Order: sequence, then structure tokens, then C-alpha cells
Amino acid sequence: MQQIRFVLNDETVVIDSISPTTTLLDWLRETKRLTGTKEGCGEGDCGACTVLVGKVVDGRIAYRSVNACIRFVPSLSATHVVTIEHLAGPNGILTPIQQALADLHGSQCGFCTPGIVMSLYALLMENPTPSRAEIEVALQGNLCRCTGYESIFRAVEAAAADMSKASPDRLTLARENIIATLNDLKPKRTIRIFHGQQRSIIPFNTADLADAYATEPNAVIVAGATDVGLWVTKQMRQLSPVIFINHLTELQTITETDDKVHLGAVVTYTQAQDVLAKSFPALGKLLIRIGGQQVRNMGTIGGNVANGSPIGDTPPALIALNATLHLRSRNGTRSLPLEDYFVEYGKQAKEPGEFVEALDIPKLGKDEFYAIYKISKRRDEDISALCAAFKLKLDAAGNVASIRIAFGGMAGTPKRASLTEAFLTGKPWNEATVTAARAELAKDYAPLSDWRASSEYRMLTAQNLLTRLLIETSGEQASLERYAMLEAGE
Amino acid sequence: MNKMDTTFPTVINGPLHADRRHDSAHKHVAGAADYIDDMPEPVGMLHAALGMTDRAHATITNMDLSGVEAYPGVVAVLTARDFPVNDVSSAHKHDEPVLAEKLVEFHGQPAFVVIAETRAAARQAARRARIEYEDLPAILSVAEAKAAGGKLVTEPLTLKRGDADTALAKAPKRIKGQMEVGGQEHFYLEGHISIAIPGEDDEMTIWASTQHPSEIQHMVAHVLEVPSNAITVFVRRMGGGFGGKETQGNQFAAIAAVAARKLKRAIKIRLDRDEDMAATGKRHDFAIDYDIGFDEEGRIHGVKAEFAARCGFSADLSGPVTDRALFHVDNAYFYPHVEVKSLPLKTNTVSNTAFRGFGGPQGCVGAERFMEEIAYALGKDPLDVRLANFYGEPGSDRVLTPYHQTVEDNIMPRLVAELAEKTAYRKRREEIIAFNKTSRVIRKGIALTPVKFGISFTMTAFNQAGALVHVYQDGSIHLNHGGTEMGQGLYTKVAQVIADCFQVDLDRVKITATTTGKVPNTSATAASSGTDLNGMAAYDAARQIKERLVAFATDKWKVAESDVEFLPNRVRVGTEIIPFPDFISQAYFARIQLSAAGFYKTPEIHWNRATGQGRPFYYFSYGASVSEVSVDTLTGEYIVNRADVLHDVGHSLNPAIDKGQVEGGFIQGMGWLTTEELWWDAKGRLRTHAPSTYKIPLASDKPEIFNVELAEWSVNKLPTIGRSKAVGEPPLVLPISVVEAISMAVASVADYRQCPRLDTPTTPERVLMAIERLKTA
Repeated sequence: MQQIRFVLNDETVVIDSISPTTTLLDWLRETKRLTGTKEGCGEGDCGACTVLVGKVVDGRIAYRSVNACIRFVPSLSATHVVTIEHLAGPNGILTPIQQALADLHGSQCGFCTPGIVMSLYALLMENPTPSRAEIEVALQGNLCRCTGYESIFRAVEAAAADMSKASPDRLTLARENIIATLNDLKPKRTIRIFHGQQRSIIPFNTADLADAYATEPNAVIVAGATDVGLWVTKQMRQLSPVIFINHLTELQTITETDDKVHLGAVVTYTQAQDVLAKSFPALGKLLIRIGGQQVRNMGTIGGNVANGSPIGDTPPALIALNATLHLRSRNGTRSLPLEDYFVEYGKQAKEPGEFVEALDIPKLGKDEFYAIYKISKRRDEDISALCAAFKLKLDAAGNVASIRIAFGGMAGTPKRASLTEAFLTGKPWNEATVTAARAELAKDYAPLSDWRASSEYRMLTAQNLLTRLLIETSGEQASLERYAMLEAGE
Repeated sequence: MNKMDTTFPTVINGPLHADRRHDSAHKHVAGAADYIDDMPEPVGMLHAALGMTDRAHATITNMDLSGVEAYPGVVAVLTARDFPVNDVSSAHKHDEPVLAEKLVEFHGQPAFVVIAETRAAARQAARRARIEYEDLPAILSVAEAKAAGGKLVTEPLTLKRGDADTALAKAPKRIKGQMEVGGQEHFYLEGHISIAIPGEDDEMTIWASTQHPSEIQHMVAHVLEVPSNAITVFVRRMGGGFGGKETQGNQFAAIAAVAARKLKRAIKIRLDRDEDMAATGKRHDFAIDYDIGFDEEGRIHGVKAEFAARCGFSADLSGPVTDRALFHVDNAYFYPHVEVKSLPLKTNTVSNTAFRGFGGPQGCVGAERFMEEIAYALGKDPLDVRLANFYGEPGSDRVLTPYHQTVEDNIMPRLVAELAEKTAYRKRREEIIAFNKTSRVIRKGIALTPVKFGISFTMTAFNQAGALVHVYQDGSIHLNHGGTEMGQGLYTKVAQVIADCFQVDLDRVKITATTTGKVPNTSATAASSGTDLNGMAAYDAARQIKERLVAFATDKWKVAESDVEFLPNRVRVGTEIIPFPDFISQAYFARIQLSAAGFYKTPEIHWNRATGQGRPFYYFSYGASVSEVSVDTLTGEYIVNRADVLHDVGHSLNPAIDKGQVEGGFIQGMGWLTTEELWWDAKGRLRTHAPSTYKIPLASDKPEIFNVELAEWSVNKLPTIGRSKAVGEPPLVLPISVVEAISMAVASVADYRQCPRLDTPTTPERVLMAIERLKTA
């Protein structure tokens, strides 16, 4: 009776056997012959494969857009998967966003369109009157090569105007039934699915996860799959066993106290957005430049850390905040400063059977200035060429009382600028000091040249970001923000 | 109901010159438009995957495929030896094998093909080959190719008028410089795909995502060694093409066909995105060396330039692409003396190919750089330099292009004046200069750049098209033509032509998949010519049927021709009003032929490549844009704050669709010139091989304010379909204004005394490095 059960559109699906790495996209297109969902890139960047996944949380269902191309089917237990075929009513009546995109020329070749519809439907479900800036955020994970997007914006605005007039669509009408069904489908114990030699493990709780991982320390733990998905679709790796953890409610906790924010390991970027933006506005702005909306709905901050990449965006931001990492295994938990987790490129301070359980992020002190500067070739949905995070405290005399600086993209791991920090500490926070600190930064890092940037650019920009920090601590904006000038009435 | 009681509309639904949505729009938004991978699969179909090499230039010394063959689900492994005709050179130069046999000429070149029960098994198996190589020296860039003696893939071209050397020597001012213009990946959202279904005898049916079904037909016939009449190619729609599916699908159709013949099973090959980007060609990158002479007014006296292109390992379309770069080295400007030449260089990289604009945009980028250089040298507003150099009024002595065609339809002065006025260009430029004086980190820039684009295939023979129109007994119409639909709305516009001709509602016209079986010997849907050619061919077919219908009516009702009138959804014969379906039914019973094949060839054009003279273009399209940007001088990051476009499409057949082409072309061109960077490593491996690393514009890269207008007053002076003009390619050139606006912001750090000479794409890195260069200069 080991089965994965979920709802696809209006059908309950029961799967006894499936490879742990069968993607939702392949399963939809090949097994279910639902071909409205397209493959454009197979790596979660283009959004042509966007579908909605609904989950019941606290008795309510929340639908999120995800990339079907890197989402593994066993991770869908007790969810509602909604594809483009299910949006229009049975009588063929289009939803307002579909109708507006068709009428206002929001599609040309049409290949990206189903994904764009799904992303915008998800947006309008949550925010029926989005601003242009909000539409842009919702479309960060959708590439269109034909339209130039302007017609899509016009369509969203028209659809938003029509939303209140439209009769409830089939997803809205079925909501209560779906919630009841999903509650019935919730597993009551750990599930193991076999497919030939391949195995999926869907632990019932964190204790089961610890047991399973202790028994099989070579298993691959998958939370959001936004990186592991590419091991499968691009490197053609055959992974087994795979332990799926994104459903574990114990690891989804977000708690805020006076002095810190506690994030469970599988809290997604989307879930963390509000609480982090409140305490750390700079981090809130960084989060909405990580991936597209679909990736942020799947990807977890715990995974961004656990994976150990030198170009992950949250580690430098969290290291500058002096975050603490909690690792857990069957034998218990231990904690370490986040920066100590990153030993060297490809190596993390993690024992066999240990997994990331949570992060604690200390809140900012009253006089602490916190800034994050992400530099990438394209503003959104791009991997950083470099990413800098600063936490600065000045004393009453205007000298640097303390500073933590961490960079991504400048070394084999996310790394603090220890020499620069030491140099700056105690010095007056002014142009002369910052100019002198440039040389220290050049001792802290020896960045590489690659397709994202040359080592010269990385170093020069890193040094210039000290200047940006200096200017911005004085209250003057020294960086670009979309629509800022328009909003300022220029 | 008595049909005679029907109230007829005063105008049909979907006439010419009216906004109509894309014919498949309602299917696009519902996921109901089928692309080739969405079609039901023939029983027993097998899947093919490419086995790719990983050397830029090498000899294969051993290829051990035992691991591939042993992989579960593998049915066959094909190598070059399975292809008796191992050649898919569209240039007919035999320089492009289907599969590499001994010689590997670029990193990623396919050397074998796996056929398996599933696509996943084929892809898995393909990674299990062990190939041994002996490396050969690899030439990767234009600079390396020139240094190594400059081997060419095809004949270069020189365009010459007047005496450039003397003009340069005598000019009051002279500037020499170099500019690098990067290439571009098409990034059609639907990658390459082909299905081959074997039939009786030597027959083979191909479904391919292609802009050029006829060439797929010829190439498959060629590799199967059968006549063309054995091969039928279909394509209903592509998920984007942009030139990337003009010749690049040949190889995959050939693979599917040869495997299908060998295994007697249907074969599908669908490339993964990374494979598609590694194995198929891109826009040519160029290094432009220029030498320009001008006077104090900014007027050009003479231009000499060399356009050296990285063509990759084979000719493909590099000849006509580099030719078209030269055809646009004037853009909108008159050069009294000019000598320009192309250098189509062979490199050990994937063979570059057609991409929207086909070399033309690179030529225009060069021309605009000349204007910018002159402006900075003289301390002028670049717009004044442009105005001083525009082609003159018809009949003036400033109307001859470098290829000796007279510019007869120059509307640029009016168009640019209107745009500059409407956008308050002069005032905003002054405000920006004032802003930059006080802004420490953020600097702004503004620029107005024009485009004049030559319309016609420069290969005169390609300027022909066919169409097939059937009117069925119930009055419904079946339309087919040689053009392909890749999102540009061609099917919709041609259907409007037919609806308008017969005066019936658009939904009475059924648009059917393009196929070589209905319209033969077609040209690629390319060179912006789709509507011009196929619209006229369809019109010709409809005209023939209408003439027969008029003759039938005059004969039957004994009225004069002038008494037969096609009114909306009805026909007036004398005083009698007959609903269209009834009229058609009566014509059928009178044994009138209700089907016709239409044909069109563009008149007046001719081109002699040997002399570099002729009239390669039937007419020119015009446009201009004003862009305003903000640049962060600490990081090189930028935002496009605003762009305004005024573009000429003649008398538009469908303004909504044309506007979509202009908006989309602008953003695609902006991506080419700003964030889209192709980056090969020292081993010749493309490292920007997927959207994670290759950055096309997102919604949030669009100008914050983006106004696009068509020049509604423009009418093609020549008798094109509905007096419209082509729209596909010219708008891609518009966003040169973005580059020049960024350049102005950069120049502000040195008080505009120096031309920043930005290469493209203007990544934040290039921008910051230019700022550094200017600060220290």
C-alpha cells in the first residue's frame, strides 16, 4: 500500500511505482498526454512548463506556480496539480487573463504562453490589482522571445479590470472539495516507492528523515529540487535513493522573536519573503532577485545553504548577519556559525547522516546598517557575478565600530573579507578610509574569470561597492531601482 | 430560415488594414495549439538523441560505442557510415556533414546518433560513448582567424562607389577605429524537432519545426538519394524561429529520415535546450574596422570599412549574411565615397546562420558608430550629425547607395522630425546633461537612432511565392501558401487578404499547415518577406477564382461585369443579392473551377554580385527610436527608463500584429546589444549554453516606459499587398539607441569629450570598463 497520491486537475492520481526523478513535466506530457505544458529549457529558467501546485496549509489551500520541468513527481504527495488544460471552464470559457492575452495580442508564437498564463493566473489570484512592478516580479521566471512583453502587461491590466466582473472559475468553485480530498490523501506514515532498483523515500516526520538518512547516508535529500532537478535533466544523473523533505511541516517553521528569526530548512524563498523583508529590508529586496517566482516557490533557503555553492545568493547575506546553522542527525543536533559550514569549494562541514534543520538569523541592532548588493549581467533571474553583504555599525564619532563583509562569487565559497573588516574597524567611515580599503579587498579575494564576469570586473566592482556603501550610509541612494525615478515624479 | 432575410454586415469581420488577433491566440492561451512534440505519436515511434563531440578541432582516432549500444532500450546507433550522402550543406559546398566522421570542426559537433525506445534512454545512452581524439589547432575568434591568415568559408564582397581613398585623404577630419559586435542565440522557445514517418516505396513524411519546408524536402531527398517528389514536409506552427530555423533544421530532419528508412519506424528527434544551443548556429559576430572622413559640419566625405565575421566551420548562409551587412553599412546615410568589404572567416565554432536582420543590423550598428564618433569628435548632438548625413530627397545628388541603388522613397527626415518632436528629444537631452553635472553615481543618457532596411531577398530567385486556395461548395475557404507561421502572424495577415478579396468573414477562411505537397518550390519564410510574397500569391489565387466567378455570373444572369459585386458575405448580381455560400453552390453546379494556385514574383529587382551593382531591394522600410537610460557608474549596471518608437510599415495590413512585431523586435534587438553574451572558453566550448547563463530580456528589462507607434501616414509607393511594407526584421535595429544612450551616460564621466566606443553586448562589465577607461584617459 505504498503509494503517492495527489490530485491532477479534477482527477485523483494514485501511483504505486515511479522513478524518484521522473519530472512532473515528462509525466504530464508523456504519461498523461497533457501537452499544453511545454518544455523550453529543462532547467527552471524559461517558465514554459509552469503549472500550479496547491497545498493545504492550516485548512486553506494555497496555489503556487512551479517549474514542472525540475519538479519530481514523488514530491507531489497530497497536492493539487493544476495545468493549463484545467483553467478554462468545461464549456471552454476562458479565464479573464486568458481572454485578455488572446484579445490584446499577448501571444505571438504561443510556446511560452501557457506558462505565462499560469504565472499571471497565480498572480491575479493573490493580487487582483497588480502594479507594473508587481507584474514584472511575477514574470521573472517566464521568458518570451516574441512579444517584448508590453502586450502582456496591457493584457494583465485589462484582465485585472475584468476580474471583479468574472464569474468564479472552476478552481475557485472546487476549492472546498479539493481541500477535503487533499486532507484524505495525506500520508499517515513514511512512504517508500520502488521503481526497479530506484527508490523514493517520503518521510512522515523529521525523526523518520533522520532515521532514513542515518541508514542511507548516500541518499540524495531533495527539498525544492531547483538545483538537483538539473542534475537529472542536464547531467542525466540517476539518483537513488532520494529522500523528499519539502512537505515536512516541522521543517517549515518560521518563528520571529525579539532578537532573531528562525527558519526551518524547507522554508521557501516565497514563504520567508515577508518575515525577512520586515526585519531585513535589504534581504527582502535580494530575495525577489533570486530565480523567478516559480523557483522561489520551490527553492528553500536551507537548500541554498546546504548545497554549498560559491554563488548562492543567501549565504553571503546570512553570513554578514552572523546566522547560525543547525544540523541534525539521528544522534541529535549541533549548531555552528554559518560561515564555518563552507569549508572549501565542494566541501561542507557536514557529517554523514547530517542534514540542515534550521537557521537562526540575529536581528539587526539599533544602529546597524545592513546592505546587500547583487551584481549580475541581467537584473533579474540571473546568477550573481558577485554578491556583497555588509553589516556596519558606526560609533558616535563616526568611526567603524564593527563591520561584517561577506561576498559570493569572489572565492570558492561564500567568504568574509576578513582583512578588509580588520582594516576598517576603528577607522573613520569616510572616503579616504574606503579608498584605502580597496587594497585590502584585493588581498581578501582572488576572483576567477568566467562567463559571468572577468576577475578584473569582479574586483573593481567589489571595491566600488565599498563606495556605494559609504554613500548609502549617508542616506543618499547610489544604486538603480526600477520605477524609482518614475515614482519620484521625474 | 430564409437566407435572403439575413441581415448582412456593412463590413466583413477581419478585413485588410484592421486589427485582428493572431489566428491561434485562443489556442495559445489554453494550451491547445499543437507544436510538433504535442502531436499524437505514430505507433512504434522511436526517439533519437545526438552523440556530441567535445573538441573544437580534432581528428577522431577511435570511437567506442559499445556502452551506448548496450544501454537498455537502445535500438540502433548511427554514425557517418550510415549516411551514404553525409551532407546537409545548404550552401551546396559539401562543407557540412550530418555527422562528423573523422574530422571534428567545433565543440559539440554531433558524431553519432542513438535511436532508442524512449527519449530518456537515447539521451542517457548518448553519454556512454568513449571517443578518442587527436587535437588540431583551433581557431575560435575573428582575431585568431585573421592572425592565422584569414581562411574564408565563402567569397567575400566589396561594395565601392567613388574614390574613398582620395576622399579620406582630403577630408578635413578623419577617424579610424574598431568595434566588436557580438553574436546572438535565437532562443526560440521551442527547440529544434523533426519527426520522420516512412511510407510506401521511397516515400517519407516529415514534420519539422522549420522556416523552410522546401529545403528540408530537398535535403531529405538528397540524403535518402530519392527524388524530391518522394518527400512531403509539413509545419503548422513553430514556437519561434527568428532565422534559427531557416537552415538549421536540415541536419535533424536528415537524421530522422535516415533512421526511419533504416529501421522502418517513425523517428522523432527533439533537442534538449543545451544541445540546441551548442549544436546550432547563431547570429554572426563581427569585428568592424573603419576609417571615416568628414567635415566640420559632421558631413561624411568618405568611408572605408572591413566587416570581418566569425562564420564558424562552414559556409551555411554566411555569404548572404555578410553581404547584407555591407548592404546596411550606409543605414540611412549618404556616403559620397565608399569602399566596404566583407571577410567571412572560417573558425572552429558552430556555423553561424540567419538571424532576424541577417547581417543587416550589424551593418547598421557600424553606421551608427560612425555618426557617434563624428558627434563626439565635433562636440555635437549626434542627432545633428545624423540629420546632416541622411539620404536626400528623390532627385537630389545624395540618393545613391554603396550598391548603386537609388533611394526613391526616403521618408526618414519626416519620420525623425516627428519622433524628435513628439518625444521632446532636444529638451530631454539638455535636462540630462544638466542632471549628469550634479549626479555623483547615476548618470543618464539619451539617443535617437534611425533604421532604413532593404526589403527583398538579395538572391533574386528567392523572391517568388505560391499559394493554393480552394473554395468548397458550402462557401468555406481553404487557404494554403508557402509561408510558415512562427508567431509573426503571417497566417492571419494572409487570411485577411483572402477574406478581403472574397468579402467574407475571416472565420470562413481555414488556415492550413504549410506543406510542400500543396505549394512547391517555396522560399524560406525569411528576409521579412513572408507577407509581401505570400500575401500577393494568395491574392493572385483568389483573383483567379473571382474572375471565374464573375464570368459565371455575367453569363448566367446576363449582366455586365460591373454589375457583379462582392459585398460583405454576399454577392450582388444586378439587383439580386445572393449570400456567398449560395452563390458558390450555384457556381459549383455550373461546373466552375473553385480552386486556384496563385503565384507572385517581386518585380524590378536585380543584383550583380560581381560588379556590386544593381537593385537588390524592391523598397526600404524606415523607423527610428529614442531611448533614455540610467547607468550606475560604480558597477556598470543600467536601466532603460524609456523608449519611443516611430516605425514605418506602409499601410499596415494588421496594425496590432505589426505593432507586436515592432515591440518584440525592439526588445529582441535590445537583448542582442545589451545582456545577451555568447562566451566560449579557451577550448572552444560555449559556456553560455542555456538560459541560466545566456540572458535574454525579461519583462523587467523592458523600458519602464515603452511607446511604439506606427507611422500611420506611410503608404508603400510601390504596389505591394495593400501598399503595406515588411515588418519582421527592421525593428531589431531600433534599439541601437539604447546602446548609444548608455554610451552617452558613460561619456559624461569625461565631459563628453571622448567617444566611449562601447562594444556590444554592453554588459555591465563592458560599461564599467569603458567608464574606467574614460576616467583615466
